[in-house]
Amino acid sequence: MFQIRVHGRGGQGVVTATEMLSVAAFEEGRHAQAFPSFGSERTGAPVVAFCRIDDKEIRLREPIMEPDALIIQDPTLLHQIDVFAGLKQDGYVLLNTNHSFEELGLADILKGRKAERFCTLPANEIGKKHIGRPIPNVPLIAGFAALSGMFKLESVVLAINEKFSGKIAEGNIAAATEAYNLVKEQMKESGHA
Amino acid sequence: MLKQMEGSKAVAEAVGLCRPEVICAYPISPQTHIVEALGEMVKSGKLTPCEFINVESEFAAMSVAIGSSAAGARSYTATASQGLLFMVEAVYNASGLGLPIVMTVANRAIGAPINIWNDHSDSLSQRDSGWMQLFAETNQEAVDLHIQAFRLAEELSMPIMVCMDGFILTHAFERVDIPSQEQVDKYLPPFDPRQVLDPAEPVSIGAMVGPEAFMEVKYLAHAKQMQAIDLIPQLANEFKQQFGRDSGGLVRTYFTEGAETIIIAMGSVLGTIKDVVDEMRAEGHKIGVLGIISYRPFPLAEVRAALVNCKRFVVLEKSLAVGMGGIVATDVRMAVTGTGIKGFTAIAGLGGRSIPKSSLHSLFRQAEKEELQPVTFLDLDWDVVNKQLEREKLTRRSGPIAENILHDKGIVSAKFG
Repeated sequence: MFQIRVHGRGGQGVVTATEMLSVAAFEEGRHAQAFPSFGSERTGAPVVAFCRIDDKEIRLREPIMEPDALIIQDPTLLHQIDVFAGLKQDGYVLLNTNHSFEELGLADILKGRKAERFCTLPANEIGKKHIGRPIPNVPLIAGFAALSGMFKLESVVLAINEKFSGKIAEGNIAAATEAYNLVKEQMKESGHA
Repeated sequence: MLKQMEGSKAVAEAVGLCRPEVICAYPISPQTHIVEALGEMVKSGKLTPCEFINVESEFAAMSVAIGSSAAGARSYTATASQGLLFMVEAVYNASGLGLPIVMTVANRAIGAPINIWNDHSDSLSQRDSGWMQLFAETNQEAVDLHIQAFRLAEELSMPIMVCMDGFILTHAFERVDIPSQEQVDKYLPPFDPRQVLDPAEPVSIGAMVGPEAFMEVKYLAHAKQMQAIDLIPQLANEFKQQFGRDSGGLVRTYFTEGAETIIIAMGSVLGTIKDVVDEMRAEGHKIGVLGIISYRPFPLAEVRAALVNCKRFVVLEKSLAVGMGGIVATDVRMAVTGTGIKGFTAIAGLGGRSIPKSSLHSLFRQAEKEELQPVTFLDLDWDVVNKQLEREKLTRRSGPIAENILHDKGIVSAKFG
């Protein structure tokens, strides 16, 4: 079982992100379970949502406390909550920022971990460029597909088309494609592709 | 058709396939996406003929369902938590009158303290209301139980609650097989009411009944639920033949054969329990699971048969009878009367407290050694409890408990995650 925890803030589409991750996994014939950390959602408040992916039926209903991967939609959360809590030693991290981990003072987090599984993505900018709003969730899902190899870009596109239609779908697909390619490029540059 | 979708939306599709003619609901929290999605289906013309009635309260929701059901329309509503409590007088009327209304209860806690999260306190508070109650383990089962529920309710002319864990199931995206309209039509015939308000053949429904006949009317409600004990497995069998899935029934066993310790529960927590049991079985523990699907009627004989060869059982329940202990546990103990099997009660997950595998591992191991108290509160923070008890001993005006506990835990306001 592969477990993903998504951190963000109310209004950033955190819950939608995990739902779309589950749809992308489903499109590839896998079992997936997405659920929010339940509460009264308020714009700007920290929000957590979860996605499990497996090749067999998922029965477990506990929150994800030891994730295989983290998607962090807002870097300002790093000063507010321990987003890295329980992250597996060989886990993946995709962070929405236009800075590097080192610039954000996160060099310590990388110690003893697989650096090639850590990646940053300027998802707000990509969202703004293609959708007109700095909503980072879709670029991050696509970036995560590239980083982890969990699913293909085509499956992310299917998930987008299920959730949105018309111009919004088109914009999101363009954003997803750019994010996917950007992460692939970064991986190539760091020699881990 | 297999779809990856939210539990609430899946249930809305299933209810839509059952061709309800009247859906009434009060669109405010505590409410789910179920009636929201059904409202859209009615408005778009996808679900027709059907009238969606936006009522002014939960009390009105059940009152409208009573009226429409008595007029011969297949009637549906959904609620949870305080909403269910607000409609209680009408809930008893629906069953007392024998009207086959189907209602989803997206199980949630009851305040005070204010809490919107999952447990089973709401529908269990209606244990004796005369409504049948079926509990879904997964969103697939929630879908399937709704289809079976209309058959069951209309066959017996009695109302039924389909209970599914609020948030944990209603808000979870998972794989669900949504049947076709043809399949559902084949399983569920049009509503043929036993009683109907028809101007062509006038009757009254809702007579005042005095001491000379009241007990007989009440006994018949009981007799119908006893009939349901036979009917529920029949309908589940028929469902399996037509849809190819095991869904519903009275109880479901998992590795109970040869088990010395059996864990009993209702709803989605059964999934987590089964994962723990798999891990313990791999280590050689003789442990199994009994899931109760039909809480009302309560299948005494089936529960007894499943437990009779074990040495001990734990009823893990998301409900608390204050001043007594377990609610489900009381019924389970009744089922094993005279067997001498040791029973333990574990109260867990109240108000949305998560039930992690790690806590279940230690609980079940303690149960195996029979080291548990008769009633255990899983993951209770004894420090804050004892601190408050001490405060009450020392100070007359010890203040509001909920606020004190939040202060002691360093919580500014309820949070999540």
